[in-house]
Amino acid sequence: MGSPKEDITLIDEKGRRLDGRLPNELRPIKIMAGVLNRADGSAYVEWGNNKILAAVYGPREVHPRHLQNPQKAIVQCRYNMAAFSVQDRKRPGPDRRSIEISKILSEALESVVLVERFPRTTIDVYLEVLQADAGTRCAALTAASVALADAGIPMKDLIPACAVGKVGGRVVLDLFKEEDNYGEADLPIAIIPRTKELVLLQMDGHLTVEEFKEGLKMAYEACEKIYELQKQALLEKYTKRKDDLLDKETVEKFLERTEIPSEKTELEGGEGGGEEEIEAEEIVEEEEEVPEGEEVEEVPETELLEIGEEFMEE
Amino acid sequence: MIEVVIDMESEGESISTHLKGEIVIPGQLIAEGRYRVGRWVYREGDKYYAYKLGLKDIRSVKGKPTVNVIPLAGKYDPMVGDLVIGVVVDMGPTTWLFDINGPNPAPLHITETPWKVDFGATGRYFKVADAAVLRVLYKDDTSHVQVTLKGPGLKKLHGGVITEIAPSKIPRVIGKNGSMIAMMKRLSRCQIIVGQNGRIWISGEVEQVKLVEEALRYIENHSHLSGLTAKVAELLDGDASDAVRAREEGDAPPRRGRRENVKFERRKE
Repeated sequence: MGSPKEDITLIDEKGRRLDGRLPNELRPIKIMAGVLNRADGSAYVEWGNNKILAAVYGPREVHPRHLQNPQKAIVQCRYNMAAFSVQDRKRPGPDRRSIEISKILSEALESVVLVERFPRTTIDVYLEVLQADAGTRCAALTAASVALADAGIPMKDLIPACAVGKVGGRVVLDLFKEEDNYGEADLPIAIIPRTKELVLLQMDGHLTVEEFKEGLKMAYEACEKIYELQKQALLEKYTKRKDDLLDKETVEKFLERTEIPSEKTELEGGEGGGEEEIEAEEIVEEEEEVPEGEEVEEVPETELLEIGEEFMEE
Repeated sequence: MIEVVIDMESEGESISTHLKGEIVIPGQLIAEGRYRVGRWVYREGDKYYAYKLGLKDIRSVKGKPTVNVIPLAGKYDPMVGDLVIGVVVDMGPTTWLFDINGPNPAPLHITETPWKVDFGATGRYFKVADAAVLRVLYKDDTSHVQVTLKGPGLKKLHGGVITEIAPSKIPRVIGKNGSMIAMMKRLSRCQIIVGQNGRIWISGEVEQVKLVEEALRYIENHSHLSGLTAKVAELLDGDASDAVRAREEGDAPPRRGRRENVKFERRKE
């Protein structure tokens, strides 16, 4: 938080901010899951002019060994700003600020991850800020929780995060660089959406109790919106192609290739519309994961185990 | 009955119609009411939430409806009885240390082998980078894992290729009743051993091994969709009849007798 500047109008009479947003408006946010192939899980977030890449590894062996905990896994975040992420070159390497942010992000994530399930291991989260424009710790946490879910790590919920602050005497949502530098307060928060628990809350500057309450309310609402974007990003990874129905032409092409004449005539006779074709396709699907009814008596693991034994017996 | 071979790379095709179930996200409400809590699910009151990114699965287990999440991602978490493929990373006078793709390497003690190994003679049996088919013998609350080489089918591996896929995709590689893997073996004429830890050992003609690897990669990337058998048959130069046969094998009642013979029982010390 820099000192308030007299000659800069951060918010006009109409309530519009320097970038044209209203006080309770977020910057445009884009989230993508699974962007890196080598990491166990990953996410990329563009939040206004912030660009952040998150990569998750683990659960894996802890190094150095004295850090390992026989009761639970540890979550180790590394928040790092690229040298080119800010206007003046940032001196590379960990500094006081990034060590602090790494610590608070680790603690926030540890509160949702089921650390007890993986004793003596570590879950490493690498957060690279490629471009910064205020609010990077919130954007980084948002990315980190998507990357953790993408890595298949069990967790109670995702964590959306967002900042509020005070600019030109008004409480505003999601500060950008000028507002952060010349505003009066900055209050980043992160929540567990289902229980509304706070997992991160810091404050820089001064707010009255009323302003604090107003800001908190605003941030909670924004977090709900961010939560939806996070969920959408994870779903999109598995449903990238969104064409709606199988068209007739495609199905006919399949039928030609199968060269089973009797079936072809059957379909033609049945006036194959879109729905018909989907039915036909469902017949081929093999469902070892979802068998119906009473066939299943054991928990899936034992089932798989037995199958595994069967075929390794070459 | 109409059987159609589906090519999932074709244009204009919907992915949503191929999904094997609804995709759920950690913290998402999956079900309300009275259910048994299955895998990767937690309960609050009469609400059930997901712990993991995966496919929602409500099925009847012992006559009771159970809510599960079938994970779509995640690292290998060893469980007692798992068949795994390990690679030696280190050794001592009485143990070999195997990398089993889990969080920590797993020791194999000389008494857990079918051979009589003298103290300090471990190097004569396994060298670093040798591979073996092992079974997880022991796991405790602090994730200490031990493996064994004693049991049917457990052996040191010679030759062949080991390829790795995501452990969460292994059930799809095996298929219902082992139908998918049986089809792959039949079409490729390769020996294939699938470890629960995501490692797969393939031995056979070079060209065929390459095809199998390609098919495995395809299964890994499309495991959440249906119609895989047909595509895999095509990749391995099979035709529609192979997919139909695999399908029938998958539906046939499991061969109980043979399975029981190799059933693993945890030894009590």
